[in-house]
Amino acid sequence: MKISGAEIFIQSLKKEGVKHMFGYPGGVVLNIFDHLHDEKELQLILTRHEQGAVHAADGYARATGKPGVVLVTSGPGATNTVTGIATAYMDSIPMVVFTGQVPTMLIGNDAFQEADIVGITRPCTKYNFLVKNVEDLAQVIKEAFYIASTGRPGPVLIDLPKDVTTHKAEFVWPEHAKIRSYNPTYEGNKYMITQAAHMIAKAKKPVIIAGGGVILSGASKELKEFAEYTDVPVTMTLMGLGGFPGSHKLSLGMLGMHGTYYANKSIQDADLLVAVGMRFDDRVTGKIDAFAPHAKIIHIDIDPTSIRKNVRVDVPIVGDVKKVLSTMNKVMKDEVKEQWQEVRKAWLKQISAWKAERPLEYDRNADVIKPQFVVEKIHELTKGDAIIATEVGQNQMWAAQFYKYDRPRTLLSSGGLGTMGYGLPAAIGAQLAFPNKLVIDIAGDGSIQMNIQELATAVINKLPVKVAILNNRYLGMVRQWQELFYQERYAHTKLDETVPDFVKIAEAYSAVGLRATKRSEVEPVLKEAFSIKRPVMMDFVVDWREKVYPMVPAGAAIDEMLFREEEKKSEKKLKAVR
Amino acid sequence: MRHTISVLVENKFGVLSRISGLFSGRGYNIESLSVGETIDPQISTMTIVTTGDDWIIEQITKQLNKLVDVIKVIDMTELDHVEREMVLIKVAPRQEDKAEVLRLAEIFRGRIVDSSQKTYTIEITGDEKKIAAIVELLRPMGIKEFVRTGKIAIAREGVKKA
Ligand SMILES: Cc1ncc(C[n+]2csc(CCOP(=O)(O)OP(=O)(O)O)c2C)c(N)n1
Ligand SMILES: [Mg+2]
Repeated sequence: MKISGAEIFIQSLKKEGVKHMFGYPGGVVLNIFDHLHDEKELQLILTRHEQGAVHAADGYARATGKPGVVLVTSGPGATNTVTGIATAYMDSIPMVVFTGQVPTMLIGNDAFQEADIVGITRPCTKYNFLVKNVEDLAQVIKEAFYIASTGRPGPVLIDLPKDVTTHKAEFVWPEHAKIRSYNPTYEGNKYMITQAAHMIAKAKKPVIIAGGGVILSGASKELKEFAEYTDVPVTMTLMGLGGFPGSHKLSLGMLGMHGTYYANKSIQDADLLVAVGMRFDDRVTGKIDAFAPHAKIIHIDIDPTSIRKNVRVDVPIVGDVKKVLSTMNKVMKDEVKEQWQEVRKAWLKQISAWKAERPLEYDRNADVIKPQFVVEKIHELTKGDAIIATEVGQNQMWAAQFYKYDRPRTLLSSGGLGTMGYGLPAAIGAQLAFPNKLVIDIAGDGSIQMNIQELATAVINKLPVKVAILNNRYLGMVRQWQELFYQERYAHTKLDETVPDFVKIAEAYSAVGLRATKRSEVEPVLKEAFSIKRPVMMDFVVDWREKVYPMVPAGAAIDEMLFREEEKKSEKKLKAVR
Repeated sequence: MRHTISVLVENKFGVLSRISGLFSGRGYNIESLSVGETIDPQISTMTIVTTGDDWIIEQITKQLNKLVDVIKVIDMTELDHVEREMVLIKVAPRQEDKAEVLRLAEIFRGRIVDSSQKTYTIEITGDEKKIAAIVELLRPMGIKEFVRTGKIAIAREGVKKA
């Protein structure tokens, strides 16, 4: 029996095991929306902006590991997804985005609400399709999910002209997607892995850098076994947080521009780096010529282009992180543990000394609310058992520094693109996947206003997300740069009087609004919020002067860090760096 | 260094812009690019001439390989191979130079494919050096128009270095 493209769309998603998608209707996708009206198994969450839909699908994907799904209309609906798609692309998040398109015969005519979204998203999708015949639809959907979720994952876009959704065809679901030109490498080269094992056994000062790839490939267990067996400390990129337990004694926390003193010191002193599922982003390496000057580098990544893109690599291993690490763990057993036990003690002792010398800190006695205090309290009260989304800016960095992520998929943050407005919709997506989990968006007063309309989505769908705004009345991270590098000329970063009353905004959306203005109010507000089974927006009026430390100025080596107490001194040093 | 890279791709619309987008988006340069179907009409060959140090060329070949529609990437520069390009040159010589133009065309095994009272159009096929040479010789005679196909390349059989 022949069925319409809209029905094929729905049947195909069911075959893919999709339960939820996020979207927004419009003219050319009405056929599909009409079919969704009676649909029981496949739920579409209506967001209040297409960007929100994509971030929600992204948060859903990051929290579950399954591809997020989005459905929007053509033209403005499609172009509104671009930031969300680019966000997912930079962080390798599996996602399939369906955009409506004008009927095939009108394509290229500058028709009403026509946009060449396939052209627009070519550089920010892993792949994209324009479906011209309804007969191809099922096959295209199969391939899209396959491409999105295999190899190095990423967003895939399918552009669906209106007539394709009405035309009819036999529904034939392909059991396999086989694309002759697409064959990711999963198994790492055994010889290289053995080489790497020797080097690790012999190394005196090795460090593991764990990136988002650890989480994407589900390799946390393998990584922990590897680090524990070899006694190698682990530092994480922003995307890698949670890939290795943050409270583990071998954890060095995050490295890079706002990394810990001890992580950056260890890297600069190391004689061997084992980079796992990460890509040596400039926020991680700082000045590239001065990065890890004494270290040999073993680099494990599924994407060959990540290897030797930014840094020299001594042992490249292309493959799936989980597979490579489990092979590595086997091979490692052939190495005699005595080789490294003693040397490692000295190295770990040195690291403990660095940890003691400069832990992450802030003024814990201040009466004003220090933003770091709010994050620490969130960690304490949730016992680390929440899913944390973040916005972008200082709030994001404090959320990375002061909350200890012990499990993978518990931090949802836009790393590569750094998209303000990501956190709230991402939290909504995660909450939909995990209705009984505490999901908290650690937000800034600037970022939250970029997708604040999604409060409505949370309220109407009874998704009890919590938003903790670290309200400094500034575009704080930019202000920090202006203070440090632009002679305190605060061009267009002061929001002050125009920051809305977030409590009233919450209430206007029928959510709950709470506010804390003193340190003593932080804990009661958090406790109250966590006990309410509805969306709650908390306005923490924090010390606006607070800055994120340590900080490596752009272009400096990662051990040229600035610290709080050196603010004045550092200004001179900075001028020299610039 | 200059490299000639041969890329086998799915013969689908949009593939050319994926490839050219890769070069422009990452700031690599394309000196010439020619595309055509292979014997299998579902597959096309693109021959791309580009320049860069070893590090850039490694990235280019890896990035090309990463594209979903790319079936195979061969850096011809590493193989023993034949390169050819065709040019069409329209010359407008003075009366006294006409004979010389015809003589040059013959020496370079060119063909006159069009002529008018004032012009000759010469077709020349060859490698880079040969084309550069004829251009230099014809330049003083007055080149009016000049078009080239871009390079194509093929590996010599039996002497591939693995
Ligand atoms: C969409 C977008 N626009 C601009 C920026 C540049 N930017 C980075 S951080 C930041 C300030 C964020 O302010 P806020 O959300 O209040 O966070 P804070 O740093 O104050 O914690 C800006 C403007 C960005 N990352 N994303
Ligand atoms: Mg702010």
